[in-house]
This record gives sequence, C-alpha cells and structure tokens, in this order.
Amino acid sequence: MFVARSIAADHKDLIHDVSFDFHGRRMATCSSDQSVKVWDKSESGDWHCTASWKTHSGSVWRVTWAHPEFGQVLASCSFDRTAAVWEEIVGESNDKLRGQSHWVKRTTLVDSRTSVTDVKFAPKHMGLMLATCSADGIVRIYEAPDVMNLSQWSLQHEVSCKLSCSCISWNPSSSRAHPPMIAVGSDDGSPNAMAKVQVFEYNENTRKYAKAETLMTVTDPVHDIAFAPNLGRSFHILAIATKDVRIFTLKPVRKELTSSGGPTKFEIQVVAQFDNHNSQVWRVSWNITGTVLASSGDDGCVRLWKANYMDNWKCTGILKGNGSPVSGSSQQGNANPSLGSNIPNLQHSLNGSSAGRCFFPPLDSPRAGWSRPSYAQLPPPPLVEHSCAADTASLQYPHPRRASLSRPLNPLPENEGV
Amino acid sequence: MEELDGEPTVTLIPGVNSQKKQMCFDWGPGEMLVCETSFSKKEKSEMVPGCPYIHIIRKDIDVYCKILRKLFNESHGIFVGLQRIEEELTGKSRKAQLVRVSKNYRSVIRACMEEMHQLAIAAKDPAGDSQFSSQISILSAMELIWNLCEILFIEVAPAGPLLLHLLDWVRLHVCEVDSLSADVLGSENPSKHKDFWKLPGNTQTLTELELKWQHWHEECERHLQDGTFASSPHLEALCKIMLGDEAALLEEKELLSNWYHFLVTRLLYSHPTVKPMDLHRYAQSSLDVFLGGESNTEPLDNILLAAFEFDIHQVIKECSTALSNWWFVAHLTDLLDHCKLLQSHNLYFGSNMREFLLLEYASGLFAHHSLWQLGVDYFDYCPELGRVSLELHIERIPLSTEQKALKVLRVCEQRQMTEQVRSICKILAMKAVRNNRLGSALSWSIRAKDAAFATLVSDRFLRDYCERGCFSDLDLIDNLGPAMMLSDRLTFLGKYREFHRLYGEKRFVDAAALLLSLMTSQIAPRSFWMTLLTDALPLLEQKQVIFSAEQTYELMRCLEDLTSGRLVHGEPDAQQLQDDDIETTKVEMLRIGLARNLARSIIKEGSLEGS
Repeated sequence: MFVARSIAADHKDLIHDVSFDFHGRRMATCSSDQSVKVWDKSESGDWHCTASWKTHSGSVWRVTWAHPEFGQVLASCSFDRTAAVWEEIVGESNDKLRGQSHWVKRTTLVDSRTSVTDVKFAPKHMGLMLATCSADGIVRIYEAPDVMNLSQWSLQHEVSCKLSCSCISWNPSSSRAHPPMIAVGSDDGSPNAMAKVQVFEYNENTRKYAKAETLMTVTDPVHDIAFAPNLGRSFHILAIATKDVRIFTLKPVRKELTSSGGPTKFEIQVVAQFDNHNSQVWRVSWNITGTVLASSGDDGCVRLWKANYMDNWKCTGILKGNGSPVSGSSQQGNANPSLGSNIPNLQHSLNGSSAGRCFFPPLDSPRAGWSRPSYAQLPPPPLVEHSCAADTASLQYPHPRRASLSRPLNPLPENEGV
Repeated sequence: MEELDGEPTVTLIPGVNSQKKQMCFDWGPGEMLVCETSFSKKEKSEMVPGCPYIHIIRKDIDVYCKILRKLFNESHGIFVGLQRIEEELTGKSRKAQLVRVSKNYRSVIRACMEEMHQLAIAAKDPAGDSQFSSQISILSAMELIWNLCEILFIEVAPAGPLLLHLLDWVRLHVCEVDSLSADVLGSENPSKHKDFWKLPGNTQTLTELELKWQHWHEECERHLQDGTFASSPHLEALCKIMLGDEAALLEEKELLSNWYHFLVTRLLYSHPTVKPMDLHRYAQSSLDVFLGGESNTEPLDNILLAAFEFDIHQVIKECSTALSNWWFVAHLTDLLDHCKLLQSHNLYFGSNMREFLLLEYASGLFAHHSLWQLGVDYFDYCPELGRVSLELHIERIPLSTEQKALKVLRVCEQRQMTEQVRSICKILAMKAVRNNRLGSALSWSIRAKDAAFATLVSDRFLRDYCERGCFSDLDLIDNLGPAMMLSDRLTFLGKYREFHRLYGEKRFVDAAALLLSLMTSQIAPRSFWMTLLTDALPLLEQKQVIFSAEQTYELMRCLEDLTSGRLVHGEPDAQQLQDDDIETTKVEMLRIGLARNLARSIIKEGSLEGS
C-alpha cells in the first residue's frame, strides 16, 4: 500500500468522518466546525472541493452517501440532536463554471432528544431508507416513499435499545432468506456487565423490528460495528470495535427448529479477536468484497485484517502516522506514479515491507535475510563485480559500471547465452 | 506451522502523529481514505493546530506502472488460452502444450524487461536509470524462478536431460561467460562435451551414458595422477575442475556469479546424471559451501531452494511475500494447477489457493480505470467466488461516459447479471432525470425494466407536452415497440403520441378510435382526460363525421364522469375562479361539439342504412 495523494482538508476543526461515494469518485468529510465538504475527483485524478456548507449547529459526527440509484444524496448526523438529508441540485450554470455544486437540505430529522451518533442508509433493495441511533438509546428508521421527493421522510420504526447507542450497521444481504437486519452497538461506559451489541430483525408478520440476538460476550463499550458484504453466504459476519477487534459469525438456526413466526435464532461464534491496538478500537469497516477488515484504534494506527485461504485471520498491513508534517502545496502526491515512485516500493516489498503481502505465513521462523536492509534487491549480490555489460538479463543488473555500457536484452529463444 | 505470523507490512502516513491522534478512514472501490482525527474527545470541540490532510491510499502500485501494464495485457491472453486448453489432451501433447504456455509467459516477462531496459538507456538521469534497473532486476528474478519451475515441475525432466536444462537455465541468466573468454566455463572443453551429450533414447541409454562418462572421468583422473599437466598449473586446475573438484572450483569463485551457478557447474563435472530427487541435497550444500557459512539467505535463495526441494507450496508462499504484485504468483500457480500439481485446500474460505491468488490479482486490476476489463476474465475462471466478486466490483466502475457504461453493461449482460444491469441502468436513468434529459432517462429505465421510474419519466414527458404542446425525443417514443408495456403510463405515452401521428397523417377515423379507447380502457390517467377530450374537439368540428353515434355517446359519458366527479373544497381563490372559468367554457364547448356531432352522426348513419 502506498499514499498516492494527500489533500489539505481545510476544515477549521477536527474531522470526524470521511466517506467515499459508491464509485469512489466523490468523497465527503464532516467536522466539528459544523460543516460538510464534498470533494470530486477530476479526470486527471485531482481532488477538488466542490461544496462546503454549514450543516448543523454542533459537531457533525458522521456523513454517508445514499446509493446512486437514488441520485446524489448525503445524510449527516450531529451533536445538535438532528440528522439531515442533503441533495445535490443540478443546474445553475454559474456554479458549474466555478466548479461548484449546490446542495440543499431536504429534511431535518428531529425526533432524537440527544446527540445523534450514527446514520446509515439501508441496503438499496429496501428502497430509500435510513437508520439513525442516538445517545438516548433509540434506533429510528425512516423511509422516503417517493424517491423523487426527498423532503418527505416518515419515521417508520423506533427501536429502544435501553443503552446509549454509538453505532449501527445494516446487514447488506439481499437474499430473500434474510429479513432486514440491523445491529446496534452501545458505548455506555457505566460499570455494568450488560451486553453492548444487539441485533434486530424485521418481522414480516408484525411489521416491526424485534430483537433477534444479544451478543452476551461483548460487555465493554462498543464504538463501531459493521456487517460484512454477504458474498452469497448463508450466514453473516459482524465486526465489532470495542476494547479489541472482534469478528463474529451469525449462523441462522434452521427455521423449523425455532418457533415459527418469531425472530431468527443464530448460532454465534467468535472467529477472530485481536488486541493489537492495545486499547480502544474506534472504527471497523470492510472493503467492498468483505475480504479485508480495517480497524482504527487508540494506537493511532489503521490495521488491516484478512483471512487467508486457510481461513486464518491475521494482520496483513498497518497504516501508521510518521509524525512529520505534510509539506508543500495543498494537494500533493503521485496520482500517476511514474516508475520513479514505484521502485522504492518494489524494493521495499522485496524486503517484505510492502503492505498486504504477507498472506502466507512463512513456514519457518522469520529469517535474518528478511529484514536485512543492506540488499534491496531480490537476487543475491554478486560476490565479485564483473564488468559485464552484455546481458541485462543478468540478475546483477543494477551495477555501477554497467550504467553507461548497455546493450539491449537478448530476446528469447531460450538457448541463447553462453 | 501455519500459525506463525509474517510481520504485517507498514505504510507510513505523513503528517499524522500516531502517539497523539487516531485515524478515521473509509474504503472505496480501489482506494482508501485516511484522515487524522481524535475519537476520545467527542463532546468538546478542540481546535486543532494546522490543517488536517486527507490521504488517499492505494493498494497495488504496480497496476499504475505503464510498462507492467504490457505484462498484464499480454499475459491475459495467455491465461485465457490456458483455461481453454482441452482437458482431453493427455500425456505428451498436453505436457508440450503446457511447456509452450510457460515459455510464452516467460517471453512476456522478457519483452517487458527489454522495454524497461530501453527506457533505462533513454533515462538520462542516474536516478531514473537505477529505478528502471531495479525494476528489471525484479522481472529478471521472476523469470529466473519461473524458468526453474518450468524445468522441474512442468517439463519434469528426468536424470540426464535435467542437467541439460539446468545448464541452459544458468546460461540464460548468467552473463559473464560471453565477455570473458578465458573463463573456466568457457574452457570447459566444448567439443568433447558436445559430442558426449546425446539425449538418452536417441543413441544411447542413460546407463550407457553413465558408463561412458565414468570412463572419461577415470581417464581424466589418471591424467591428473600421472602428472600429465604438471608443467602447467592452469591446465592442472582445469583438469581438476573437470573432475568436479570442489576446492578447485571455489578457487575460481569470482567467476561463478552465485551459488546456483556453482551448483550447476559442480553437477556438470561430478554428477551429470543427477536425479531430480537428489537436487535438493546438492543445492543446499552448494549454497552452504558457496556462502561459506554466512547463513544469511535472501528471499530468492529460499525460493530457489524450495523449488529444488520440489516444494511448490513453499515456492508460491515465498514468492507471494517477496514480490510486490500478485501477477507472478497468480499466473504461476494457475499454470501449476493446470499441470495438476496442487492439492486443493478446499476449506471454508471456499476456494483453493489458485482461486485465492487469482481473486487477489483480479481485484487489483479493478482498481485501474481500464485494466478492469482484463480482471473480468480472471474472475470468470474462479469457480467459487469469481462470480460474486465480479458482481461486487463491476457495479462500482465509475460510469463516467455513456461508452464506458455500455461496456460495463455488456459485461454484465453476457453473464446474465440481471441485478447489476438493473442497478446500472437505474443509476443512469436517475442521472439523466436529474439533468432533465428525459429521452435518455426513459431509455435507461426501459433497459432497467423499472416500471415505477418509467411511469415517473412518462409523466414528465406528458407534463412537458401540456406545457409546450409538443413532444421531445420523438424517435424514442415512436419506436417503443413492446417496451411500451413496461408501465401503463408509458403505454399511454406511446399510444397518445400515436394518436398525434395519426392525426398528423389525417387518418382521422383511426385517430378518433384510438383517442376514445385511451379513455374507455382506463389507460389514460384521469388527470389527462380533459386534455384528451379537448383533443377531440377539432375532430368533432371536421366537415365529415368522424365519431360515430355510439362513439359520441361514449365521449359524452367520459365527459360527464369527469365533471360530476369534481368536488370543490373550501373557498376558491381568484386564480382558482379564473381557472374554473376556463374549464367551464371548455366543457360548454365540448358539450356543444358533442351534441352537434351526435346529431350529424345519427343522420349520417340513418341515411347510410336507408340507402
């Protein structure tokens, strides 16, 4: 992994959330400065801030994009006890010329009496719906029945969780076998031993969300929660950020074994648990295919977790601050990295330090040569230098004396050589 | 042993102090966003000094390298060809084909190296040059490993030819000999050697060969003991080398570029008929002797050693850790799998190692704005998770142009990925509506088979017609065909437009019948009836009678239905009163027109029947 680009965010206070749109061509940021900014990627790969506006009268905790089937729609939630839905307006040629877009507030959801801590759009097959959760312990589910009129949102469900809520996650599965499902985490810090993760499932008959499961083993404050993309599995995978990173599987117990009509019962297992962040874990999120989980913790690092083909979960990469300031202009990096920027990485990788590479655990204990910095290249260095300019296929290629004397490679056939 | 963790790899994010701050992040389809934040202090907003940066993180750097792109492109063709190799081919012909495929892969690597070499020459600055060079050295290492794997795993050369292959292997990758004619290897008595080496099966058996070699070996030894070369130390050394004397070989160590060069040389003079099974022993001891106790082996050494040990699994593991892209392991593993060399590791993950690596490689390609098209075929050949991975990746391709969208759609349609097709069309329809391109919106929603959206767009069309008195996108609406049946409103739109066409063509009788049927069949929305009735007015005023008496009765019933159904709520304002005025006038005119037409039609029908 490598940093391709760094962009000055220009928020006047702490940024709380960054969010890519579905295609990765736009992003949104939100901050304690009460604003949201939208950024667009140009054809050349540069990012430009195309809108920045005050959204709330308090810190904005989260910002998230609706699926593009519903247009260009954002939702935000804030300390000011509200969540809001925003839509981009097309037109106004003046704006377009200035490279600016215009966002209007379509609705303010004011039902919470406390800080709204998370907002998430439901999977698109459910229509245009969103869920919020708040410090008062209530999950609210809203729906916009007319996707062309986003000013009308109706509160469909209020689910009480009894504990201050910090995070929600919709189960993304679109399988008919899986009713809509939402998991809720609580960061309630009071010294009780109550379980902090609850899973609610929609019941077709009662038309209500009912509690399906409580993860009894999670008793420490939970800061984030994320269902993995389903990949056609019959069971669900749920990642939880608490004092460590935990990955659970929820396997539905066959219906005929449970009382019919009631919520699905699950067989719950911990498949991985990592305390590498040393302390609190604050965020967990899956990549789009659900093969890699990223987590962010008090150690200031983002860690990447992946199961290899033997189903062993392990840390495969760490994103870590280097502590030194970003210098120079507001946007820097290598969008189209020339070879120049590639090579150091390749070289690093040969020493085993490029991210995402160690999916195969070495069979033997780590070798001395692995971390030895002196030889950057894969091939062993020649013991004696030869003045061989003849064949660049030679493994000793980068060679001080060869730089000036070079001849094109001998192409195949194979038998060339001596 | 599997539990032993490799060290995770670290990527440094500039400007973030991990001691004091945390990072928030988000995944995108090909990239990741990372930004400094502080999670613990939520309620208090604390002013941060300086300005935080948003960092865009990418995964596979090689995907963005222009020259490697050629490697990806050309190997894609070989890969697809390999997947289609006929299963029934067995024995020699199959093996020959697999060896050919392997050589093709290697020649692509070589071509890539060559191109890189040209660029290295062209690069004037030394920094650029060294960067190209190190890239070349990596490609070169890949080719070296691949070649050895080809000899050992694919050719499966038996004792005898095995050493020949290894000689070629060393010759291809060690270059010194050419320029140093006095070299040990160069003076290896080629004529004798060449005569000597005849492939077993051609003229002699392996045993015969061994016997002859033994004989020659003894002769050399006798010469040495007799002191034939005592006068010339050089010749004596040469003779010792030909006898495979290790000490003598090591004296010329500087001419042997590395341990595997030493290994092959040693085998040539002391064990020319080495069996595959014994290779590892010689390889290990050559490595130990050559490095002289320095046990610091490099990744490449370990990979080659694992190959000599015939431990394919280990070769792949070591390669996947040491190389910066998935290209090499994915393609090599796939080829070895076609050679039926991999036991499958069918565990819960649902795919074997081959598939695991191919999925990684293909996902990397999807991060690139055009290479994703190659990735599609790789996913196609992953039986377990290829399909669902493709579904998840392809719907994220940015639909920046119509052309690109059509390309993505074609891929989905070829694979019957109906949900992705629907979603992509829906996204495009929504985009078009937002930009007020109704024709495009309509055709995308028809393609998405989205009835609700087609209704919505049809309503927009009708509204536009009411406002402007004409239709846009006539081509589209005139050629809806069976697509018209998608939604009632769309059917109405199509039929209503047909009415206008008939009217324009002066086919008044047909036009009149159609107009009436739109109301009687309830296809026309109630809100549109007044417009339709108004459209009937000029037909009622024509010289000849168009609506029959029966049809006129129907029209009258429609009008009465409409007017009697209207209820006035509350106090009407001025605007409403004015609107009502217009409405009343319209209704009055219609009533007069209908009555007059009824009279004319009764007379006409009566007189026709009478005649």
